[in-house]
Amino acid sequence: MSAQQIASAVRSGRRSAADVLDEHLERIEAREPELHAFNLVMSGQARSAAAELDRRVAAGEDPGPLAGVPVALKDNLCTRGVPTTCSSRILEGWRPPYDATVVERVRDAGAVVVGKTNLDEFAMGSSTENSAFGPTRNPHDPSRVPGGSSGGSAAAVAAGFVPLALGSDTGGSIRQPAALCGVVGMKPTYGLVSRYGLVAFASSLDQIGPLAADVADAALLLEAIAGHDPADSTSLPGGAPPVSQALDGGVSGVRVGVLRELTEGIDPDVLKRMREAADALADAGAEVEEVSVPATVYGLSAYYLIAPAEASSNLARYDGVRYGLREPAPDVTTMYSRTRARGFGAEVKRRVMLGTYALSAGYYDAYYGQAQRVRTLIIQDFASAYERVDVLLAPTAPTTAFAVGAKAENPLAMYLSDVCTIPSNLAGHPAMSIPFGTGDDGLPVGVQVLAPALGEEAMFRVAGTLERAAPVPAPAAGP
Amino acid sequence: MTPASASHSGPAPQRWETVVGLEVHCELRTATKLFCSCRNSFGEEPNTNVCAVCLGLPGSLPVLNRQAVEYAMRIGEALHSTVRPSIFHRKNYFYPDMPKDYQISQYDEPINVGGWLELPDGGRVGIVRAHMEEDTGKTTHVGGGGRIHEAAYSLVDYNRAGVPLVEIVSEPDLRSAAQARAYVRELRAILVATGASDGKMEEGSLRVDANVSLRRGGSSQLGTRCEIKNMNSLSSLGRAIDYEAERQRELLEEGQDVVQETRHWNEAESRTLSMRSKEEAFDYRYFPEPDLVPVAPQEAWQAQVRAAMPVLPAQRRARLAAAAGTGADVVALLVELDLDGLVLEAIEQGAEPRVALNRAANEVAADLEGARGLDPAAFAALVGMEARGELTATQAKDVLAEMLKAGGDPAAIAKAKGYKALSPDALAAAVEEVIAANAELCARFRAGDGKVMGALIGQLMKATEGKADGNRARAMLTERLEAKA
Repeated sequence: MSAQQIASAVRSGRRSAADVLDEHLERIEAREPELHAFNLVMSGQARSAAAELDRRVAAGEDPGPLAGVPVALKDNLCTRGVPTTCSSRILEGWRPPYDATVVERVRDAGAVVVGKTNLDEFAMGSSTENSAFGPTRNPHDPSRVPGGSSGGSAAAVAAGFVPLALGSDTGGSIRQPAALCGVVGMKPTYGLVSRYGLVAFASSLDQIGPLAADVADAALLLEAIAGHDPADSTSLPGGAPPVSQALDGGVSGVRVGVLRELTEGIDPDVLKRMREAADALADAGAEVEEVSVPATVYGLSAYYLIAPAEASSNLARYDGVRYGLREPAPDVTTMYSRTRARGFGAEVKRRVMLGTYALSAGYYDAYYGQAQRVRTLIIQDFASAYERVDVLLAPTAPTTAFAVGAKAENPLAMYLSDVCTIPSNLAGHPAMSIPFGTGDDGLPVGVQVLAPALGEEAMFRVAGTLERAAPVPAPAAGP
Repeated sequence: MTPASASHSGPAPQRWETVVGLEVHCELRTATKLFCSCRNSFGEEPNTNVCAVCLGLPGSLPVLNRQAVEYAMRIGEALHSTVRPSIFHRKNYFYPDMPKDYQISQYDEPINVGGWLELPDGGRVGIVRAHMEEDTGKTTHVGGGGRIHEAAYSLVDYNRAGVPLVEIVSEPDLRSAAQARAYVRELRAILVATGASDGKMEEGSLRVDANVSLRRGGSSQLGTRCEIKNMNSLSSLGRAIDYEAERQRELLEEGQDVVQETRHWNEAESRTLSMRSKEEAFDYRYFPEPDLVPVAPQEAWQAQVRAAMPVLPAQRRARLAAAAGTGADVVALLVELDLDGLVLEAIEQGAEPRVALNRAANEVAADLEGARGLDPAAFAALVGMEARGELTATQAKDVLAEMLKAGGDPAAIAKAKGYKALSPDALAAAVEEVIAANAELCARFRAGDGKVMGALIGQLMKATEGKADGNRARAMLTERLEAKA
């Protein structure tokens, strides 16, 4: 059952939220030991929430558009009184005293939060192997990674544990795992969704977004979480875009550009699916052409200066003084070093050091400053492209899901997994991944639709069309 | 001070010039903190005015306080600065009193740029910038002499974390400890006048760091400076600058270099001690704060702030000086004591300026509590009575004391005290009487012995039972004796 179907059934009283929840908890129980999608399953709290929803429905109330829909939260979203770990040892024992804005919003819409999903530590990674609590596995083939960093959320949706999940996307962390797990994943325009309560990785790039089994459900979740929040200064004014209405709009006359630079270095079977997607859009009435966005080739390099620089500052607070892990030491400086040495994993340390270096006196201009100039160029090049086309099309990831351990010892190879997704983060633009068939290995392939800032409606129209044209059905969310 | 420097071959006294620039941190009197809605208040139970934002909890985000921006704009306006579109940066360093281990501060694009401050003596001190930033928490190191590395343990109070500050950086235009103190005193008066600060140095709402260097008199090149921290009163600021200038002079005269460093003023020992050298200085890794958007006050808002500006001390001094016909120190004093309004109103109502200034600067200034209830019209009336000779100076002081204590009409008080005015005619008659009765004293006066005037006035006071005004009597006696010569 899709989220839409569940909400409709619960709102009308045809199904109880408790029943829906039990069905999903059973699935979790069956496969979670094998997949490790969750850091925490909140069965007790979820049961109370579902029972409360059922009471409200019985009393004639409408709990909202997500009534009774089980939702999983990436474990870098703050939940009041519930451990929020970022899959890091350093946050050991920490329970936030507040809920993230998006958590409040999904609850207000009637959703039932069932658990906190695994991620690469502090969202740094592309495989969910960099978790202090062990890797998550791909439901399509448990010897493979689910992608990352929102690998737990993507796997949870792909395995039918939940119809909806929230992830965060700093360089592709929603879209890339969505592609590798065969689900829909969407990164909104920067500022469309409040970041309040999202544990920051790289503040100027982070954005929370939905993962879902289909495009309509992704639209439903986006509509629940988007819209201005006074607690986030970078939050845009206005409400959520009415994307659900756009899904069936078709693409007649829509101008689609195949993003030339992002077709390079892609596995041939993945690229073939993207070409088929372009053809499908042309068949559906879109005007398809190839478009160049030259500066995107520098995206990866710029990203790996800007994101670590911001992370080095955002992660400074984990110092053992106020919360989380503290390693005792005779003086405060040693306490800092020991706490951080033990509390952070290798990838986090690598990026903190990289970022610290990039911001250092004498290097700032050559590294951070230069990366920001590249960012400006990317925005300008996108702007030129969007004078000619309404949306852009690209692969989501260069490959299908790779084997657990295959890239774990090679950071650069791992970083290349995000080469197609990073440009949208640097530009602050929306982008989403839609399942579109499989690769030669039978594993899911995602194609990516990119749009200009606040171009969500056009993006969802194209996404809806692609979903209908996909060569094999997207893997079902459940029976 | 050491024998070596004392015996150094004869430098001229003015050989070294002290150069001082000040950085003043001013806590703003906003109701809430800079980036959250916690109360901004001093002296509460530790860690009670805190929330997720000012504790820097994971996931929390700052939202800028509009009132703080407005106070910053007022400060800029008062210092003749240019208000500009500005951004916040992160200043990164580890310290337990910094919840995020970075401070949100303005760096190379501050809200206020340039400007000047006018000292009471008319001199101008250049302003480099006045920027916004958040305060840190407060650490108390227990044991080990109060320094973090020797302490047995440390306590942190985050009530102050996130309190809004404006840091005002002066040009190195100050040349002495006295000037530095005058600058801070004037700046404090300006900050209080704008409503931005309560100006309480003792509560830390005004904190001053001094950059001190020496250079050869006449040189336009600045010497190597040291930054002195931890002065918590105007007095310690002055002593710290004097100490530091002397320390540097000795080094330079011994042919040594001054090392650029941050030094800590130790109040108990009355000396500065090295905290960290330039090499040990933090690399703050400033970069633009991505959680905040640029602050670009629109022209309409700026105009509103300008229109609502209070009259500042320099303007008040100019106004009083013009009305009183003097620019003397007494004008600065009256403005500082907030008595200029009283004097101006009295002058407006016809009071003799000289008398009004004197009475305000002496008797009223001595009872600032009573001054608050003093009716300017009654004060003007008193000054008028004294100026017309209806009261002697002594009587006027006495009446004024009564007015400051309990209020009331000066004429009624004078009458109740039996201070009958000695009319000019009566005084003239008494003068003639004294001259006639003291021919010998008068002759000595005419012969040039000015000292006898005192005895003559004494006789006059006796004859009038003390009701004569001493000054008038002296004037009249002198006039009469010189006329007969």
